Amino acid sequence: MSRLVASAVMLALLHPWPASAATDPDLEEIRAQIRELRSSYEARIQALEQRLKEAEARAAATPAAAPVAAPAPPPVAASAPSTVAPPTAGGAPSSGLAAFNPAISAILTGSYSNFSLDPQQYRLAGFLTPDDVGPGKRGFSLGESELTFAANVDHKFAGVLTLSLSPRDTVEVEEAFGTFNGAPYGVVPKFGRFLSAAGYLNEQHAHTWDFADTPLAYQAFLGGQYRTDGAQLRWVAPTDQYIELGGELGSGDAFPGSPRNRNGAGSALVFARTGGDMGESHNWLAGLSYLDTRADARNTSAIAVDGDIGSASFTGHSHTAGAQFVWKWAPNGNPLVHNFKLQAEYFWRRESGELAFLPEGSLALAAAAPYSSRQSGGYVQGVYQFMPLWRAGVRYDRLDPGHVHSVALAPPAFDPERATAMIDWSPSEFSRLRLQLAHAKLANGLTDNEWFLQYILSLGAHGAHKY
Amino acid sequence: MAFTSRLIAMLALLLAAGAAHALGIFATVPEWGALAQELGGDKVKVYVATTALQDPHRIEARPSLIARARSADLVVATGAELEVGWLPLVLQQVGKSASGAGYFEATSVVPLLEKPTHFDRAEGDVHPFGDPHIQTDPRNIARVAAALAQRMGEVDRANAAFYAQREKDFAARWNAAIAKWEQQAAPLKGVSVVVQHKGFTYLEHWLGLREAASLEPKPGIEPTAAHLAEVLGQVGREPVKMVLRAAYQSDQASLWLAERAHMKAVVLPFTVGGTPAAKDLFGLFDDTVQRLLQGAQ
Repeated sequence: MSRLVASAVMLALLHPWPASAATDPDLEEIRAQIRELRSSYEARIQALEQRLKEAEARAAATPAAAPVAAPAPPPVAASAPSTVAPPTAGGAPSSGLAAFNPAISAILTGSYSNFSLDPQQYRLAGFLTPDDVGPGKRGFSLGESELTFAANVDHKFAGVLTLSLSPRDTVEVEEAFGTFNGAPYGVVPKFGRFLSAAGYLNEQHAHTWDFADTPLAYQAFLGGQYRTDGAQLRWVAPTDQYIELGGELGSGDAFPGSPRNRNGAGSALVFARTGGDMGESHNWLAGLSYLDTRADARNTSAIAVDGDIGSASFTGHSHTAGAQFVWKWAPNGNPLVHNFKLQAEYFWRRESGELAFLPEGSLALAAAAPYSSRQSGGYVQGVYQFMPLWRAGVRYDRLDPGHVHSVALAPPAFDPERATAMIDWSPSEFSRLRLQLAHAKLANGLTDNEWFLQYILSLGAHGAHKY
Repeated sequence: MAFTSRLIAMLALLLAAGAAHALGIFATVPEWGALAQELGGDKVKVYVATTALQDPHRIEARPSLIARARSADLVVATGAELEVGWLPLVLQQVGKSASGAGYFEATSVVPLLEKPTHFDRAEGDVHPFGDPHIQTDPRNIARVAAALAQRMGEVDRANAAFYAQREKDFAARWNAAIAKWEQQAAPLKGVSVVVQHKGFTYLEHWLGLREAASLEPKPGIEPTAAHLAEVLGQVGREPVKMVLRAAYQSDQASLWLAERAHMKAVVLPFTVGGTPAAKDLFGLFDDTVQRLLQGAQ
């Protein structure tokens, strides 16, 4: 300790002060620096003293039979949570190569699902939806397990990789993006594959959703969840009121777009958000988004004027506007015992171009005819925590198939709707069990009664959840 | 020569005055907000992200926090993963990183207690770097004050001397107050207490309180009936004076135990604003010591 003091004094003395030019402000600055130095060393010395005291206390507590130094604690690098620490935290550094391992977390989900309607027959009347849209598999099924790696790359970049392991033993890259940390004016660039800002729920991973499945509007307008390969810029205004503006350019491969063999961007998105607090107990978020993308021979299942089931190939423009609103309440802002969350989103979509209808089993080349549509839909949901660990929620979905101008397809005559209720239990923030019931009227004469029993387990690094 | 350097100094002052705006400080919890205000006086504009009635473990990255973090010059956090559930997200969204001059962690200058040697979530929501609730020991506040004043001076060089002077003044008043509190709290040495959440480690360490049990079966896990019954049996066998909880915690479990075990249920402010008397850092410890003394009677 005395060596530390000595070196502090030495440092102060050896510092090359330009004595000749020592005017009043200079002297003041020197004094300030010495004060700084002194206070910083005082703090460190206090810390060292404290540590010494603790060590002495420990030594005193150790039985005399074991005078040798206490065995070293087990290498912390061996366990996942310790390796995920941000480098700035003041913990004991773990040794070796593992010290720079990225934060790793795994999400395990699965469910038992019961549907009165054969999932093969699932369709949303009047909407062209991709084939994989639907409630999922009947009976026991493994949900998508997620594996996330995240770390700072260096002082400028950070990276996140999320792999999704599907029950069909395939691996998909759910997200793989870098963010750049040193852009001017507080702009945050993101690039790679990421969950687009096309909607409030869209930016959140499925395991943080309040219901086991996506809203019908997400199935109809975003193909479940909209991901894009591309780049995003977002900017938060330096004001007390939260205002965020952003834009994305992407490949446009994902529904409502489709893969295309062209240079340039296939999709563009702009979004704006605002929100704030109303007293200590309430806070809210509202947003708008607009997605402009192109489809090139986008194949979806469809029903023809004469009732034939087949596939429709659409080529043209697709414009989707979205509006989002979220309001949260907790007494004094403390959600521990009671809290409530109200969430609503609505989408409007306009598509125009050409559509070719191919009846099932037919090999004939279908002729393309002009197609245009104006459709909309949304949902509203509320989730209430009525006692610690327990929440209950309801959701109502409704789609308006609007106007479809096409010589090939049956005109829309039914508004799909669904009512859902759920209850979940979360013994800690790392686990959740959920029971969900739903009654869906998908098309004329097509009704589905669904129930799910779902589990969500989260392992490893403590993730931060979006608002 | 002297003229030139004086001119440069004046120019520098002019520049500093031109750019003069209050140093914007974003404090994650009330204690560091209060401390920054003590050290910065009218030269700082402090925004406190949470209140004493909110569980610091369960804060959300809500829109207002993102907006305030965006315009802050200095983010003052507790660290040691106390804010792990929201602060990284807020910083990332406004393009700031948890490093560099604009980010300060109080736990970086305080030796942490209760560092786990065994990491397993079956043991509850353990803090892997040790207990982050350092503000319950006033000696820790002094350590943080010295380092924070220095950091404020680094971010806002024009007022470095001002912050250092205020820190010196604060330290003098604070050390006198610590001596007073220690004298008042002398009868508390060796007193056994039950805590709701293991959030008072540093307080116990400072005053020599003995923690007999915790109402949470594991850290961060809500009290269960079975565990409460176990604690009740345990406190019947040894003299426990009181059950402590922080202002933000639900009173059910501690009142249940206090009634059955004939002990006092004591609410501690835990941080600035937790009780009407805990208006500032001095009030926080005045009130904490008074409430403990009443509980021990």
